[in-house]
Amino acid sequence: MTSKVPFYIAVIALVIIGIAMSIIRHQTYNVPWVPGETRQIWDIEARIEFTARGKEVKASLAAPSTQSGYTLINESASSPGYGISYNSTSSGRRIEWTIREASGPQTIYYRSQFLVDENTKRDVTPPSQPMPEPKLPSLELSAGKALVELARQRSADNSSFTRELIKALNEPESQNASLLLHTNNKTNALYALLSIAEIPSRIVGVIELEDGRRRQNVQQMIEVWTGEDWQLFSISATQDGKQHPLLIWDQSNVSLLDLMGGSNSRVAFSMIARNISPTEATESKAEADGLLNFSIHSLPLEEQAMFKTIMMIPIGALIVVFLRIIVGLKTSGTFMPVLIAVAFVQTQLVTGIVGFLLIVGVGLIIRSYLSRLNLLLVARISAVIITVILIISIFTVVAFKVGLTEGLSITFFPMIILSWTIERMSILWEEEGGKEVMLQGGGSLITAILVYIAMTNEYLQHLTFNFVGLQLIVLAGILVLGTYTGYRLTELRRFKPLVKD
Amino acid sequence: MLSTLIDLAKIPSRLKSKGVLGMNQRNHAFIGRYNDRAKYPLVDDKLKTKIIAQRHGATTPEMIGVIRNQAEVKLIHDMVKDWPGFVIKPAQGSGGKGILVIVDHDQQRYKKPSGNETSRQEVERHVSNVLSGLFSLGGKTDVAIVENLILFDDCFDGFTYEGVPDVRIIVFKGYPVMAMMRCSTAASDGKANLHQGAVGVGLDIASGKAIRAVQFEKPLTHHPDTKVDLSTLVVPDWRRLLELACSAWEMTGLGYMGTDMVLDRTKGPMVLELNARPGLSIQIANGTGLIPRLRHIENLEVPIKYPTPEQRVEYCVQQFSTETKFNYM
Repeated sequence: MTSKVPFYIAVIALVIIGIAMSIIRHQTYNVPWVPGETRQIWDIEARIEFTARGKEVKASLAAPSTQSGYTLINESASSPGYGISYNSTSSGRRIEWTIREASGPQTIYYRSQFLVDENTKRDVTPPSQPMPEPKLPSLELSAGKALVELARQRSADNSSFTRELIKALNEPESQNASLLLHTNNKTNALYALLSIAEIPSRIVGVIELEDGRRRQNVQQMIEVWTGEDWQLFSISATQDGKQHPLLIWDQSNVSLLDLMGGSNSRVAFSMIARNISPTEATESKAEADGLLNFSIHSLPLEEQAMFKTIMMIPIGALIVVFLRIIVGLKTSGTFMPVLIAVAFVQTQLVTGIVGFLLIVGVGLIIRSYLSRLNLLLVARISAVIITVILIISIFTVVAFKVGLTEGLSITFFPMIILSWTIERMSILWEEEGGKEVMLQGGGSLITAILVYIAMTNEYLQHLTFNFVGLQLIVLAGILVLGTYTGYRLTELRRFKPLVKD
Repeated sequence: MLSTLIDLAKIPSRLKSKGVLGMNQRNHAFIGRYNDRAKYPLVDDKLKTKIIAQRHGATTPEMIGVIRNQAEVKLIHDMVKDWPGFVIKPAQGSGGKGILVIVDHDQQRYKKPSGNETSRQEVERHVSNVLSGLFSLGGKTDVAIVENLILFDDCFDGFTYEGVPDVRIIVFKGYPVMAMMRCSTAASDGKANLHQGAVGVGLDIASGKAIRAVQFEKPLTHHPDTKVDLSTLVVPDWRRLLELACSAWEMTGLGYMGTDMVLDRTKGPMVLELNARPGLSIQIANGTGLIPRLRHIENLEVPIKYPTPEQRVEYCVQQFSTETKFNYM
């Protein structure tokens, strides 16, 4: 038993190092232990990629400014060799990168930090110039006038008028609407309609603030002057459902990116929400990221966003280890439940469970037919993968048609893993009967739900992302669980007959 | 309510005092400690098991042939032409998966033990599934072994329903520590797996007589389908069976294993397969825990010359004899 001593020393060392790292982080960086006492900061990074032609390059990107709900606290641009200038033009703020000579693929970054702040003063500058004349051919103009007239009857003010117009444009049967949408996209059509009605409006570029999102694009939306305020309208969503907060990136609608001397340009946005203590919020600018800052937070935002999920996976693994070694729950595939839980995080729980049951259920039915075709294993699994993809696409389309936008998130399920699950369960069904399938499927689902609950827990998210030292403590916990030789909870029931006599 | 909770909390300590082996402890203290990973392929691949068993002079079911790739699948019909009954098994199957038993055939229609008939295509499909690794651990490609059908001894008539009754003996460091017979039932669909509803009959190591019988972890006295009194079960030729089981230690060098054996009408005890991760239900069938016996063997002094199988069997017969427990029921 002497061999056990180094093991326990290692475990204790892991725990001590983990706690020490967390305390250091807490004290030097002022990261609070609990997420409550914080303010939220959004780090938003625009990544511009293009291919330079070997001559002088001039790139100009629209830049966001302080607006209703968000205060711009910091901005920076990273771009080796480029000269940078921040310009305020008549059509909003722009950042300009310039270089005498560049060739080949180029990547430049612009990063801005917004503090979520309800007290920002709202932009209430009334529209300066009158609305321009709508540029529409006569046929479309009269269709537009009809729509405007109808909407005016059904509304009371500019805001409800705009909502009626959006409703009308989203109606597939309306002939007037489809005539307009034949040559214009919905945003432009709405803009034209508003100018027919002489209501001041402007097209803006908006990004959706979704924590951990990567490679997002700017969407066009419309801001309408309600008489005392600018109000933002999305052309696609008429109902006020659950939405991510919106940030106006490009107020001018001149163009998001102007590029001279390059081609194949692309702008993608990544964003991440961080909680910082009130003191840090004020001092954040003072703290420069030194070379000694080896935390995840020194990585580019895109990678940070990825780590936010990755850092939760050890917690999931710990739960799985606990459920298998201490409880003795049967699951199909050891860590499949963790992957399912990751998918649940994207889809929300109820949609996720319904989606999972639908895919696996339909998959099993189709797989039972495939088993009669007498196929070789690899071909059969591949067939199941394609079936799963088809099921997912059909459900997505059906869900969209009946108006269940939650159904769209079903695509987040890991398809290959699901196919193997279906294959394994179907074999289980043939060999051991439906009861065993229910047992293992139920076990997997329960595990996935527990992991999901842990992964979406605000405190755990905060702790795992901000204190890397905790990973060592989780590791120590898993190591200790690995030496548990007592009875599993399910074995107590199993061996109960042995206690009696 | 509270009293049941207290009862529940007492279970672990009571199980411990009874010496019941749990899954975690089995993996940690016995399989992990006494079974060398490098030797697993010997037992995980039934073809290899067969070869080493024969080399050590142990009888195994007669081999008709091996089908190694998909192109040979159709040869199955020719292969079994002269054998009325045969069994197809995956070499690397686990837990009795993928075993097809045919009791009679005319090369067109194949009769299963249940009396149902199956077609040529069905048989070919089964072989093909075996080859593509449907039944093997991790889905590795596999080979199909075709063996002669075992005609089990008449003395087991009535103790089993549609299936071969096999004897499972836990062999620890070459000593037989616990034994049971697994009798298939209608509920288990002819299979010998306890969790599927087969009856487990604990056997006395000294005599091969039944001690206790369970189905679905509940004690019973009569076979649920044939209504035969299970307490009358005695395995004949018990010593030879034990010696054969013990010799598996010399064959494989695995310290903790389960040996599955059958009694053939003419050829006597045969090794069916060896298992490096034997299940724990044998404790329920015997109504007693494994740990005291395992510890007993573990604490034996090891002489320079390791005892022969005969000596080890003799030792265990002395040590582990058990009274029948049927009268308590």
